[in-house]
Amino acid sequence: MMRRDASMLNAAHDRPRRSRAATFGLLVVAVSVLLILAVLTSVSLGAVHLPIERVARIAAHHIFGVGPVTWTPVDDQIVWTFRAPRALLAALVGAALAVSGAVLQAVARNALADPYVFGISGGASVAAVASLTLGGAVTGGLPLPFAAFTGAALTTLAVYALAQSGGRVTPLRLVLSGVAAGYVLSAVTSFLVLRAAGPDNPLGSVLTWLAGSFGGAQWSYLGVPSVALLLATGWLLARARAMNALLNGEEGAISLGVNVQRFRLELFLLTALLVGVSVAVSGAIGFVGLMIPHVARLLTGSDHRRVLPLCALLGAAFLVTCDVLGRVVIAPTELPVGIVTAVFGGPFFVWLLRRNRRETL
Amino acid sequence: MKLDLSSVGADLGARRIVDDVTLHVQAGEIVGLIGPNGSGKSTLLRTVYRMLRPVAGRVTLGTDDLWRLPPREAARRVAVVAQEAAPEFEFTVSEVVEMGRTPHKGAFARDTPQDASIVRGALARVDLQAFAQRDFATLSGGEKQRVMVARALAQEPKLLVLDEPTNHLDIHHQLELLELLRSLKLTILVTLHDLNLAAAYCDRLYLLDAGRLVACGAPQDVLTPELLRQVYRVDVVVSRHPVTARHHLSFFPLQRAVSLAPPEVL
Repeated sequence: MMRRDASMLNAAHDRPRRSRAATFGLLVVAVSVLLILAVLTSVSLGAVHLPIERVARIAAHHIFGVGPVTWTPVDDQIVWTFRAPRALLAALVGAALAVSGAVLQAVARNALADPYVFGISGGASVAAVASLTLGGAVTGGLPLPFAAFTGAALTTLAVYALAQSGGRVTPLRLVLSGVAAGYVLSAVTSFLVLRAAGPDNPLGSVLTWLAGSFGGAQWSYLGVPSVALLLATGWLLARARAMNALLNGEEGAISLGVNVQRFRLELFLLTALLVGVSVAVSGAIGFVGLMIPHVARLLTGSDHRRVLPLCALLGAAFLVTCDVLGRVVIAPTELPVGIVTAVFGGPFFVWLLRRNRRETL
Repeated sequence: MKLDLSSVGADLGARRIVDDVTLHVQAGEIVGLIGPNGSGKSTLLRTVYRMLRPVAGRVTLGTDDLWRLPPREAARRVAVVAQEAAPEFEFTVSEVVEMGRTPHKGAFARDTPQDASIVRGALARVDLQAFAQRDFATLSGGEKQRVMVARALAQEPKLLVLDEPTNHLDIHHQLELLELLRSLKLTILVTLHDLNLAAAYCDRLYLLDAGRLVACGAPQDVLTPELLRQVYRVDVVVSRHPVTARHHLSFFPLQRAVSLAPPEVL
């Protein structure tokens, strides 16, 4: 009786699985058709429009060697020499990125994981930009795609090595070291492009702003940020207990009397104000917002009544110091402060990962 | 203070999870909420600690509708020991318990000597005074759960709500926690999976099945072989615990529907 019950249960479980397997076949067929249509459309569109039907016949001729030749050699050249590789390359890269994303999401047990999160794309970019701006010799004379591949491979190894602690690699460590590598690599990319652009290139000032800099400071820049800082930090200090409660998770915070939905919105708006006025006058400066709170907590514990004021002071001192370093390290050229913070930030992050050997990380 | 749920209904998404449940907890009483997985115990509890607004009925504590109180006011009256509601980041045990004072504190309010003594008192009641300066994250599961109870006590609530507080605890710590709850002399509503613990430590039980109330009353009146067979699809032999003399259940898989074999034959 028991056994029969169990087998009936299994049968009930099998049914949806089998029906999903059946629809999978249909899905594969449908998406394959879509892919072929997309490729044919891609090849048919352009300065010279070719009907899809002709494109299909040209492709069939090249691939299977079938059908009479009813088109001009120019058409053939447009389809096969110029446009087909582009469409097929897009298909290949799309497939590769999607598959790697699925794998990385499983490895990291994280729905947000993708090749960018792991810094892999950043490594490829640095190698490619180095080869483009400094010449192929820097990357050992490798052609660009190989240089990029080497960069990606080295970054992957580095990220994996960083995530290792006591012979184990945890998903969260992988994501964190990937994010850190990504930050540092993007700073290196900025630096390389900045060097190549030269001082008078308008692209240079765009990059300087993107990397973050205090170069253009004037007294008139100070008014709005100082008012915003005082208002927002004062307000946040008044709400410091509620922020502590928020660290207990939604249920914990609600049970401590915090209106979590409204409070989260409040905190988001306050940080938007702080970040907005900062980026407006300095560009986007990375790592300060990541590093300084950890340092503050290390020094004084997690209570926001102490963390917030200490963060304000530490962050101020740190960024002034970074700006000084950016001015003197390769004087007379100025390094954008965002690149300096990334140079400090990378190793800090590694240290943070190594220090925190708890199960949660 | 007396808790009354009258005809409460609650939805998750478009699905009705709890339907028309009426429940009372008298002042000083420990009431257990039991039922199989997915029967709506935790969902019903959420309507009491304001995590999930009921779509029907009322939740009143004393004379006040809990859902009409401001969040802080409600948190001064109802404290919760929820599953997975412990702080991330590093806090000392004492700091975690101090968070229980949050609903009593306005903006910029400092901790007074009175707050400190309430925190110490709460730690003493769960027997963790010696742990005050320990890093919370380094505690064992049982110790963490006791800290969460201490945090709830520091709220000085009129009603204490606990969602599966014995989950993940070994048997020693399960008994210890429930003995602690008994000793608090508070009004308590608690969900429990272990029916023997529910029988041993609750004054009255409410049995839920598929979101509806199936039975309520003293443990020996709710935990009957007929009801458990119907709701949990298990067979059970009821006896008296040889030492504690409490209602005790021994479970075994459901037998043939037609004739229930007497336990001796097994």
